[in-house]
Amino acid sequence: MSARSGSPAQSGSFDEIAVLHALEHYLPKQAPLKDFVHHNTLHAFQDSKFYDAARNASGIFGYSVSLKLDKYRSLYLDGEITPAVLDWVIRSRKGDQFELWKKKVVEEPFAPPSLPRIGSLRANWKRGHRVDLDSLVHPLLFRILCSYLDQGISIWTFPSNGEGFLSALRELEGNSLTSFFRGKRARKLLLEQDCSIADLLKILVRDESLFKHYLFDQQFAHPGWSGMVSVIEAQPETLIDRRKISLRELIVFELLLEIDALDAHFAEGWRPLLTEATGEPSDILAEVPETELHEVMAIWQDALEWSFYDPVLSAIQRQPSESPVLSDKTFQGLFCIDDRVCSFRRHIESLDPHCETFGTPGFFGVEFYFQPEHGKAYSKVCPGPIDPQYLIKETGNQDRREAEPHFSKHSHDLLGGWVFSQTLGFWSAIKLFNNIFKPSASPLSASSFRHMGRLSSLTIENRSPDDRENGLQIGFTVEEMAQRAENLLSSIGLIRDFAPLVYVVGHGASNTNNPHYAAYDCGACSGRPGSVNARVICAMLNHPDVRQILADRGIGIPAQTQFVGALHDTTRDEIAFYDESSLSPLNLERHRRNAAIFADALALNAKERSRRFALTDSQLPPERVHEAVKARAVSLFEPRPELNHATNALCIVGRRALSRRLFLDRRSFLNSYDYRVDPDGKYLLTILRAAAPVCGGINLEYFFSHVDNQKLGAGSKLPHNVMGLIGVANGNDGDLRPGLPSQMIEVHTPVRMMIVVEQFPEVVLQTIRQQSATWEWFANEWLNLVVVNPESHELFQFKDERFVPYRPLTERLDVAADLEKLFETQADNLPVYALN
Amino acid sequence: MAALLQIFIFLPLLGFLVSLTLPERDEARISRTAFVTVGAHLAGFGLFLLYWAISGFPTLELKEVDLFRAGDYEFFIDFLFDRITATYVFVGAFLTFMVLLYSRHYMHREAGYKRFFSTVLFFYAGYNMVVFSGNMETMFTGWEVLGITSFLLIAFYRDRYLPVKNAVKVFSIYRIGDIGLLLAMWMMHHLFDENVTFHMLENHAFVLEHLQSHAFVGALIALMILVAAAAKSAQLPFSSWLPRAMEGPTPSSAIFYGSLSVHIGVFLLLRSAPFWRDQLFVCLVIGLLGFATSVVASVIARSQSAIKSQIAYASIAQIGLIFIEIAAGFDTLALVHFAGNAFLRTYQLLVSPSVVTYLIREQFYNFVPRVHKVGGMLPKKLVYSLYMLSVREFNLDAFMYRYLWNPMKRLGNRLDFLTFWRVIGIFVPLYLLGLYFVYNRETLPGTITAVLPLVFSLVAAVLVLKSFTERKRARMTWLLAVMTHFWIALAISFNENFDFSESYLYLSGVAIAGVVGFLCLRRLKLLEGDIDLDRFHGHSWRHPKIAFVFLLCCLCATGFPISPTFVGEDLMFAHIQEGQVGLAFLTSFSFIIVGLSIIRIYARVFLGPHAKSVYEMAYKSS
Repeated sequence: MSARSGSPAQSGSFDEIAVLHALEHYLPKQAPLKDFVHHNTLHAFQDSKFYDAARNASGIFGYSVSLKLDKYRSLYLDGEITPAVLDWVIRSRKGDQFELWKKKVVEEPFAPPSLPRIGSLRANWKRGHRVDLDSLVHPLLFRILCSYLDQGISIWTFPSNGEGFLSALRELEGNSLTSFFRGKRARKLLLEQDCSIADLLKILVRDESLFKHYLFDQQFAHPGWSGMVSVIEAQPETLIDRRKISLRELIVFELLLEIDALDAHFAEGWRPLLTEATGEPSDILAEVPETELHEVMAIWQDALEWSFYDPVLSAIQRQPSESPVLSDKTFQGLFCIDDRVCSFRRHIESLDPHCETFGTPGFFGVEFYFQPEHGKAYSKVCPGPIDPQYLIKETGNQDRREAEPHFSKHSHDLLGGWVFSQTLGFWSAIKLFNNIFKPSASPLSASSFRHMGRLSSLTIENRSPDDRENGLQIGFTVEEMAQRAENLLSSIGLIRDFAPLVYVVGHGASNTNNPHYAAYDCGACSGRPGSVNARVICAMLNHPDVRQILADRGIGIPAQTQFVGALHDTTRDEIAFYDESSLSPLNLERHRRNAAIFADALALNAKERSRRFALTDSQLPPERVHEAVKARAVSLFEPRPELNHATNALCIVGRRALSRRLFLDRRSFLNSYDYRVDPDGKYLLTILRAAAPVCGGINLEYFFSHVDNQKLGAGSKLPHNVMGLIGVANGNDGDLRPGLPSQMIEVHTPVRMMIVVEQFPEVVLQTIRQQSATWEWFANEWLNLVVVNPESHELFQFKDERFVPYRPLTERLDVAADLEKLFETQADNLPVYALN
Repeated sequence: MAALLQIFIFLPLLGFLVSLTLPERDEARISRTAFVTVGAHLAGFGLFLLYWAISGFPTLELKEVDLFRAGDYEFFIDFLFDRITATYVFVGAFLTFMVLLYSRHYMHREAGYKRFFSTVLFFYAGYNMVVFSGNMETMFTGWEVLGITSFLLIAFYRDRYLPVKNAVKVFSIYRIGDIGLLLAMWMMHHLFDENVTFHMLENHAFVLEHLQSHAFVGALIALMILVAAAAKSAQLPFSSWLPRAMEGPTPSSAIFYGSLSVHIGVFLLLRSAPFWRDQLFVCLVIGLLGFATSVVASVIARSQSAIKSQIAYASIAQIGLIFIEIAAGFDTLALVHFAGNAFLRTYQLLVSPSVVTYLIREQFYNFVPRVHKVGGMLPKKLVYSLYMLSVREFNLDAFMYRYLWNPMKRLGNRLDFLTFWRVIGIFVPLYLLGLYFVYNRETLPGTITAVLPLVFSLVAAVLVLKSFTERKRARMTWLLAVMTHFWIALAISFNENFDFSESYLYLSGVAIAGVVGFLCLRRLKLLEGDIDLDRFHGHSWRHPKIAFVFLLCCLCATGFPISPTFVGEDLMFAHIQEGQVGLAFLTSFSFIIVGLSIIRIYARVFLGPHAKSVYEMAYKSS
């Protein structure tokens, strides 16, 4: 809790650097739209325990951090929160005070929580001075910021010398007949002085002990723009058209605008902020005291989560500890761990009982930057925290990019607009008509298949150590390939019994009219489709020299086995295979048969997904439903092309035998792992190091965007207006809206993710202790962790930094007799079922 | 054939009424009702167009009903159909149909699904009323519907601050336009000594004959029409409302502010063109206004970094050009331009979220560091100044505040001494006294009766000003607004040939609405305590029913065409005589401000973030 205590604010003196640092720590961390990566929305509080973090975040910043009390109670009455689980939670938290707390939890009324601290100081402008400072300052501030950071919407760009925001403003103000300021004083301050934050605050607030609180109030009145500025300050490369800016500059300019607004508003002069003494602590970040209501909410949240976990754990416990040995395997498939792939794998396995599927993060262990042909920049295609040293370039792409005249800047010119509206205008009417009655692909849409040309070539093998570009090595050496191939295969336990064909299936998404498109692609590829990675790892695994090295290390891949890269589009449920021409005639024959299975599985998958789409008729046969699902990706009017990670709640790290016979309702990430290959937890550490931030980040972003869609989410996307290509805002004068829009999270159930690991508890404990960042996720309860002993199938819950035995309360597991029937009739969350 | 016209007016109205009866959550039936209504409208209109074409494109006129007749005063609904109407109906029906189909999926699961479709249908009814209108009165009826539905759609997300604030802002600009229309109606009435129809205006000789002796009045009427058209079509100096209206769901922004609503000013100009086309001065003014707007708006469009604002200003610039085309007499070109611009901007707005995918991709493949250039060869100082002005939208948004609302507020603040009881204590006895003299007019000398209307209308103006600027007590504000109507009625009653009973028609709606509205506020105050007007309370969050009833009261009390007050308002104007410019001005001023004041009460008390649910509300800035 370093940032929350011991800051110098208590002593009354103002430390600018410390306060700026604290602000950056607490502001939203969402990058510009094109680089959208899921992360824990309350990342600033991750160093404390989940419920403490929630309490503090709520009391300080006014976030809602759980469902409403009434909502929990109605879930309880509806049976979604199991009474036995609730009792178990209360008992384990309150022991002998069970009756008392049960009453409090289930029926006692509670007064609403007191007002958050944020905003309380600056509210005095309105209360004491009768001036609404925010309405006077925000619209102009946002407008200027957006003009400065704009990536290509405006036709005229902000005149800038590249030396920073304030410098650009000085250049403008100094050489202009007009001014952004209404009065003379603020302009003079900007032009003639260095403008330290403290000096400006002295004019506005005077009392130095209030400065920190004032700045928090000010910046959290528009967390969207402030967060964006601090992200761009930290990673300037996130903008293709670079802009230099810092949070300090934003604050200085905002303070100047405030002084100016007050000068203009009070012609006769004004006094610094008048404050009334309140009982609040002087440090806005001080610990928020715990109340009974906090405890009640925590009990409800635990009860909601365990009502879901418990039947799942009970079901897992009942699974056979060894998978039946498959005789002649038809094929094997490697998929992303993504929860959206969970059902796809189930359908493939049910259509072909002789196949095997595996899950692993969708960058398949190959980390690099990708440069498409003619691309002016590199895209990172591996998890966010990794800093790749390799570059893969594409050549021979035959796809053509089409232009969309409706985005032509000329349509905004006076005369250009005159011509456009009399010509193109009528064509727009036809296009609108077409898209509404017969949606089809257009340059407007984002399509996963366009990430890489299907028939293009990639520079996968490094030719010489000198073959470098901008500090990156082009391609991998044979040794580097072998290393990655070995890591991948060992981590998922696929080191023997290879089928003749092994598919490596990355995934991506397609959608139209969706500024959040990057949030739909593969999270393990930094929000991009996984097609290049799939092809690259396959090329490595098919490389004869690599195979030789692998054989030397004990992984013998038969000569006839071939690896095939593919891309699964999770929105359209379509698949594309790469490099099919290099297959042997026999394998090509097999591939044709397998491709037909994939096609059928995709249609079934589309049908399963359609049960959540109220406007799609799930009763139709799978092929018909599939057509309707495909249309969603290209329909302008469809704000939910797919439901993405909504309802995610589980991550199973273990052999497929644990989950192959279970229906998990697309709620589980699945990471293959064989404890037998990994007695000392080496591969487990790699898996958890990636799974905790990726799955945890996704899960918690959905969690918080759901429980507070207004402050931690982006609200409804329907009124969104694209600002400078970097973010969305409501209307014309609004703040940026980080987080997920309501259309993405509305069907989500806010439960923290439970990671189930098939390994011995000692090994797991020793593994997660090795790395403090990973440890924090579990020890601070941002993720729940349960271990299944692979031999006895006993369960152990990770609690208070150790493993304690867990005995499930659920005693039966229903069998899903007819899944297709369920898909046709049920739209809500389904319980775990055994598959027959 | 003309009799068919009424179908096209009543069909959307019927759809609207049906939609009101449907349950909130029944998306399928709500959207189907809208879809069938507008679909039938579009199809029926297609057939009608064919029939009309076969008949040789005649101009059709239909005098529908006499709503009220007293002496030489006649309030009637009148319809007209010619190629202007044909174009507007076709574009309107097509786009509304498309956007409704679009919204069926787009709005799925949105809170307010029903509200959205009902409001769009009501808007569509108003739109048809305007474009089919055959006289000013009919047009004004539809015009009011457009105003209120725009308000409701901009404030669709009523739990957030900015949509509500901007809805009030746009509504107030619309009210300025309404003044123009009201005064134009009044002057035309006196110019022609009867309620003229647009069809009559096409009679060249008839218009010239009246204009000859009253050139000045003619110009004044045209300018008033221009004010109304400029306000509605976001021309200078009103332009800044258009981007701010884009607060609702994208399809509603696309259809209203991209296409239909914003081109209604153009329609008004086209419709009234036969009246002013021979006045060279007026043509020049319209042309110059269009020119100035198109230059300024296209400069502003160049620096917009938000996609919807950029489209909005580009559209305003085109409408400026359309104004020039109309002023120059190229009506057909203007109609083609209108249709093209409407389609183009609607589509651009609908696909605006795609701009990220598209431009980022373009940039990825074609990026060249941008040269920071503005304006080409001009000297740096000028270039920078132009850029800064353009970013600040030429201060247009501040302009209305600085020169209109703020002075009014300052004036109103001088009236702070008026407390609730003082208002009752002073103005009620005074009113009774005035009423006594109305019935006993002969007891007063003629000179006094002559000035009394002005005095009383001044009192009305003072009351309404107070009501508009009151920052505290909601109930008193309401009372003041209602009393304004009574004083206006009293003022007009002193005119000759006036029977006070005519005022009953006018005041009946106001009185009932006044009482019910007062009870709503009283009940709310009991339930919630604080309902002061110095901030938004958002009480519709917990009391949607009271909010709805109060909204109806507001509509009645503002003379919205659901109560007899609407006809009464026009009637009052008809009784203001030709020479009473002061009275006409004060009365129209009071009408406009009373509407604003009442909408302000509604917005402050019922809309905005719910003050008591801090944890569930969005940031004020979002």
